Amino acid sequence: MVEKRLIEAVREGLREELAADPNVFLIGQDIGMNGGVFRVTEGLLEEFGPGRVIDSPLAESGMVGVAIGAAMNGLRPVVEIQFADFIFPAFNQLVSEAARMYYRTNGEFAVPLVIRAPYGGGVRGGLYHSQSVEAYFAHVPGLKVVVPSSPHDAKGLLKAAIRDDNPVLFFEHKLAYNTVRGEVPDGDYTVPIGEAVVRREGRQLSLISYGLSVHHCLEAAETLSAEGIDCEVVDLRTVSPLDTVTLLDSVKKTGRACIVHEDNLTGGVGAEVAAIIAKDAFEYLDAPVQRVGAPDVPSFPYSPTLEDALLPGPSDIVHAARELATY
Amino acid sequence: MLANVGINRLCESGLDGSSAQQIYRYMLLTRAISEKSWFLTRQGRVLFSMPCDGQEAADVASAYALDTGNDFIVPYARSLGAMLVKGMTSQEVMLNMFGKAADPNSGGRQMPQHWGHKKLGIISMGSSVATTIPRASGVALASKLKGQDAVTMVYFGEGSASEGDFHEGLAFAGVHRLPVVFFCNNNGWATSVPVSLQSAEPQVSKRAEGYGFPGVTVDGLDPLTVYQAVKTAVDRARSGDGPTLVEATTIRMMPHSSSDDHLRYRSQEELDAERQLDPLPRFRDFLISAGLLNEESDQTLRDSVDQEVEAAIDYADAAAPPDPATALDGVYAP
Repeated sequence: MVEKRLIEAVREGLREELAADPNVFLIGQDIGMNGGVFRVTEGLLEEFGPGRVIDSPLAESGMVGVAIGAAMNGLRPVVEIQFADFIFPAFNQLVSEAARMYYRTNGEFAVPLVIRAPYGGGVRGGLYHSQSVEAYFAHVPGLKVVVPSSPHDAKGLLKAAIRDDNPVLFFEHKLAYNTVRGEVPDGDYTVPIGEAVVRREGRQLSLISYGLSVHHCLEAAETLSAEGIDCEVVDLRTVSPLDTVTLLDSVKKTGRACIVHEDNLTGGVGAEVAAIIAKDAFEYLDAPVQRVGAPDVPSFPYSPTLEDALLPGPSDIVHAARELATY
Repeated sequence: MLANVGINRLCESGLDGSSAQQIYRYMLLTRAISEKSWFLTRQGRVLFSMPCDGQEAADVASAYALDTGNDFIVPYARSLGAMLVKGMTSQEVMLNMFGKAADPNSGGRQMPQHWGHKKLGIISMGSSVATTIPRASGVALASKLKGQDAVTMVYFGEGSASEGDFHEGLAFAGVHRLPVVFFCNNNGWATSVPVSLQSAEPQVSKRAEGYGFPGVTVDGLDPLTVYQAVKTAVDRARSGDGPTLVEATTIRMMPHSSSDDHLRYRSQEELDAERQLDPLPRFRDFLISAGLLNEESDQTLRDSVDQEVEAAIDYADAAAPPDPATALDGVYAP
């Protein structure tokens, strides 16, 4: 197997699905000639032509609305929202239409649709190029929300998302595109949506996370290991629907849980995971459930000194884990 | 002499006599269902309805210009006439009004008149208006990409033309010259807000110029005029020349919905005057003048429509409600 960057894994997944299924097409701003502002779709217009890789007007709601219509007429659209921060004009289309189409038509109309969007901070993108938006959508029945952490999963989960008959939001951490590398199998494989994975086995404490934050957890676990704190790291991979079995099994084993995400805390995925643990693993807990996330500010500010003050990283996880371990 | 004028007008519209008679029957059926649904809400037997009285000519004649077996309709709540032309039966409509399990539109999950019928090519709508407009462009985009010979027609009120999705949907369709017809039913009211408070330019069709395709405004109270304009638009879409925005000026004889009281914002005099423009007697008089209808055949037609709707009401009223055990089903497709 060849080691690849996460961005290459996403591109490979898109290319293979475009080649395998004539009903798959891509639509997004700047994804054609420009190959996307992050270059995820580089070369795909040349390979598949303008009928399969469509440059959209600057209109997120219209673009998602068009994709829903195309999906209802037999195609499998993959939309790129340039930054997750710009998804909100399409919120109504996603929540009022895509999410409930299958339910409201009593199973007549499915919407096989993928929305890809780069999320996350650490790139000095300021308030409007740094957000984590998964919690808004994880709240909505009918949507699936996927946040891969590794190139292997990015390709496999993306393929699974494209083949899924439901609308799937697929969030890729923009800082991970070129910094996270890993082995990616050649050719076709999928990673099932809705299955978490244990990234590191441990006995004393469960770090539960997804996306780029998984790597922060793994780094923190190394540091903590040197201090004699043995951490398990659970990568949720899908934040809706949650794999409650895997996360509960881990917490029942370790008795201590810390949920980590880059999104701000209030109403975040961590709150939901904490509630699940409190209900179904209460008697296994040796300490209160901890959460590490961004403080409740409106996304990360531009100036590096300000952003760095707010971005949750490995040292924040180490602090929280130490508290938990000594509770 | 009168008959000749009528026949000439028919020929000009591209419709033959029997088509005109069919359109008239659909208009009568639409009115009967709309009126009876209203009474059902007053009786508390149906919980909600959105009358379409005054829009029968526009909705029926426009849908009549489609290839109903192959083309798609993306409806809005007042598209009853178009639904009937597209093949939905009175019985299915009444199952929908009563929210019964066998309602093909949603099995009782949506409020009445939130249409969607996959087998008939009717793309589901919700209550959030204008989201349907880019959706129609998407259905048409898929037709174009797949080489599917189908035109998509999306219905909406002029109120929806205030939404951003109107602009985004039309702009996209223009760029890709999609086989879609945008049909705006301009009845002058977005619930209680008059068109004068919706836009400084009341003629919606003018906006088509901004998207690079034709826009026309027609008398939505005359089915022949509506048919002619929509047929031109449908032919244009089918031949690959792209979209058209057709605006039909209509009237709203009834309140916005069974939950609305239009006397809070319209005078009785105004409503009485508007009722004089009712498209049904006007078309009936035309058909009589053209020798395609007489008092007797009109009454026979009305009786048959009445019986059809009454039978549909009885059937739907007696039909099984959705099983509460299914309320959690279908959140996700398997």
